[in-house]
Amino acid sequence: MLARTITHALVGLDARSVEVEAHLEDGLPAFAIVGLPDRACQEAKQRVRSGIASAELTWPLRRLTVNLAPAELRKEGSGFDLPIALAVLAASRQVTEESLRGHAAVGELALDGRVRPVAGVLAAAEGAKEQGLSRLFCAAASAPEAALAGIEPVPLHHLAEAASYLRGEWQPEPLEELEELPAPSGVPDLADVRGQERARLALELAAAGRHNLLLAGPPGTGKTMLARRLPGILPPLTREEALEVTRIHSVAGLLPHGRPLVTAPPFRAPHHTASAPAIVGGGSGPRPGEASLAHRGVLFLDELAEFPRPTLEALRQPLEDGVIGIARVEGRAVFPARFQLVAAMNLCPCGAKGDPGVECSCSAQRLAAYRDKLSRALLDRFDLLVTVPRPRAVELAAAPSEASELVRARVVAAGERLRARRPRRVEAANELLSRAVERLPLSARGRARVARVSATVAALAGAESVQPEHVAEALSFRAPNELAAA
Amino acid sequence: MSGATTESIGAVRRLRRRELPALLREIHDPPRALYLRGAGDADVLGRPAVAIVGARACSTYGAQVARMLGRDIAGAGLVVVSGLARGIDGEAHRGALDAGGLTVAVLGCGIDRDYPAAHGELARRICERGLVVSEYEPGVEPAPWRFPARNRIIAGLTAAMVIVEARHRSGALITADFALEDGREVFAVPGEITSMLSTGTNRLLRQGATPLTSAEDVLELFGLSAAQRPRAPELGSAAAKVLERLADGAVSADELARATELEPGRLAAGLGELELAGLVTEAEGRYRAVMRPG
Repeated sequence: MLARTITHALVGLDARSVEVEAHLEDGLPAFAIVGLPDRACQEAKQRVRSGIASAELTWPLRRLTVNLAPAELRKEGSGFDLPIALAVLAASRQVTEESLRGHAAVGELALDGRVRPVAGVLAAAEGAKEQGLSRLFCAAASAPEAALAGIEPVPLHHLAEAASYLRGEWQPEPLEELEELPAPSGVPDLADVRGQERARLALELAAAGRHNLLLAGPPGTGKTMLARRLPGILPPLTREEALEVTRIHSVAGLLPHGRPLVTAPPFRAPHHTASAPAIVGGGSGPRPGEASLAHRGVLFLDELAEFPRPTLEALRQPLEDGVIGIARVEGRAVFPARFQLVAAMNLCPCGAKGDPGVECSCSAQRLAAYRDKLSRALLDRFDLLVTVPRPRAVELAAAPSEASELVRARVVAAGERLRARRPRRVEAANELLSRAVERLPLSARGRARVARVSATVAALAGAESVQPEHVAEALSFRAPNELAAA
Repeated sequence: MSGATTESIGAVRRLRRRELPALLREIHDPPRALYLRGAGDADVLGRPAVAIVGARACSTYGAQVARMLGRDIAGAGLVVVSGLARGIDGEAHRGALDAGGLTVAVLGCGIDRDYPAAHGELARRICERGLVVSEYEPGVEPAPWRFPARNRIIAGLTAAMVIVEARHRSGALITADFALEDGREVFAVPGEITSMLSTGTNRLLRQGATPLTSAEDVLELFGLSAAQRPRAPELGSAAAKVLERLADGAVSADELARATELEPGRLAAGLGELELAGLVTEAEGRYRAVMRPG
């Protein structure tokens, strides 16, 4: 006796359809899973057997073979438990195979038969929808996520519910309509930053033009504090962007409970000891890295010069193309990674440089090695560079500054202006830019960078065209001398 | 760590003792011979010259002063002599090159070496018009005791010497001692009394060195005046305000904003304009006027 169910395996963010075939034949009771299952999937045997027993259904005491097709695709994770259990129930005629038609399934089983949520439900639901399936069995906690794909979820708490549903004895309660959730309140506010007007201006420009930003300066001057406030002044994600981000976070298993749709731009801050695959993505079944998790948001690298150079160089592809391609024997996984890069660093290894109160104790060799960490090519990717000096005590005692909400309103308006009609440089502004290329150490890429930033400056100022003073303002955010080649 | 080979540095010339410039022959212990490389003529060594020396690990202020002096002194037609070391020496050479003037680097190792290696490119640029010289034949390794000996040549080649920054026991002070023994004029750039980098120069001042307040102090000695500087370009109102405020010393952008009451955007535009005009430089987040106004 044979029965089939449909589920989906993930290759990167792509859901590939997998047919779960369960075959019962006469012989000594045995249970085998074939079709390239990984360790977690192989262990489904124990979970499925206990789960079926706990749901007061019958475990068929015959020779049982489960095949996961196509057989050459690696199957990873515990999401195959539920489809295997359903196929076994259909093969042993405890539910009809007919009733399974049009359904896909994904979920992990507990030994007591409860259904647990797994990662990547949104991608699986989208795969099912694309395949023309109309309903998806999944854990109740994953149901809102599955509903985002436009498929009707069958939210399950327990395997027994699935059996009653398939026999037509039980209907799940209709899913509550997803209301627009307010933006998460945990994002810190710019009002907390006292003084630092120039750095705040750089942050606002970075937000309005989605420019990459490098903050340099001695420790304790608020570089990290500033960077963490960038997501708070970015425009909220559009519905489409939110789905892209949610898909990635879902595959990584990072969706917060009860908040199926990521609506705020993500902020990711990997530590400098993180490996290159952890940052750009990788693994045998490729998984998204921090750069992809920061898609449509901010990737913050604190202590930029402490990151290993190969890791930094690996970020150049996504900075250029907005995607990360990971090649594996089974094929190529592509993760979107259109993030905004914000980095912070000290001006020297000991950190004293730029702090008038302390004498720097770094040797020339250490300084040179520190600067060599950052290739010209990487520094060229930062449109805005700003040195954050130590604020004076009077500044720290100043009144709270402008709140994120006010800044965000300006950023949103400037962003719309940039998209609608990008301000063009007037003749005098062009002349100023050409003069800068002649007089300053400014590469061709540097020129393009200043041009981009000056358009953002003009848009923030509400100007129709880019005036010379806008170019001059952009010029003041070039590389600080300490980072430029001597 | 092998240095440049003879092919890559071009022809090496050798001056015997009696071919040395008169000023250098006068010193207590003139070198037996002097090796030369670079496009400059051997006569360059006989032209009126000023030495600019100082600490290797210098401050940003020191680096800027050294560069400015190199530029102004070479721009007025004098030869700038220094030791190709990091810090003050390198900046003095760069300043002279900026002005399109002549500069001579005196090495403390074999003539075929560029030491430190990081200054290989600088040495190449010096050689385009000036000279790199050494009393050591090709192949001699750099060694600590050779540098003080090198310093006597720097002092010997020049009629005046400027010490920009020096700690209390530094090579630059040894050079100054040689210059004093040889009866050359010694200038010291005054520094903050709280800075370690000024202890050497300030002690020189107490002992009677001439304080240097601008390149003109040196040029006067040679009967010269500074090359006519190009007229300052027309400045916007924000830029003019900023420049006025910077006359009092280096400050951060935020302090400037408070002092000038300009909003950050206009201030940034003013700073960009001034940097482009070459009137202001930024270092470690602090802005500094390059030329004294007026």
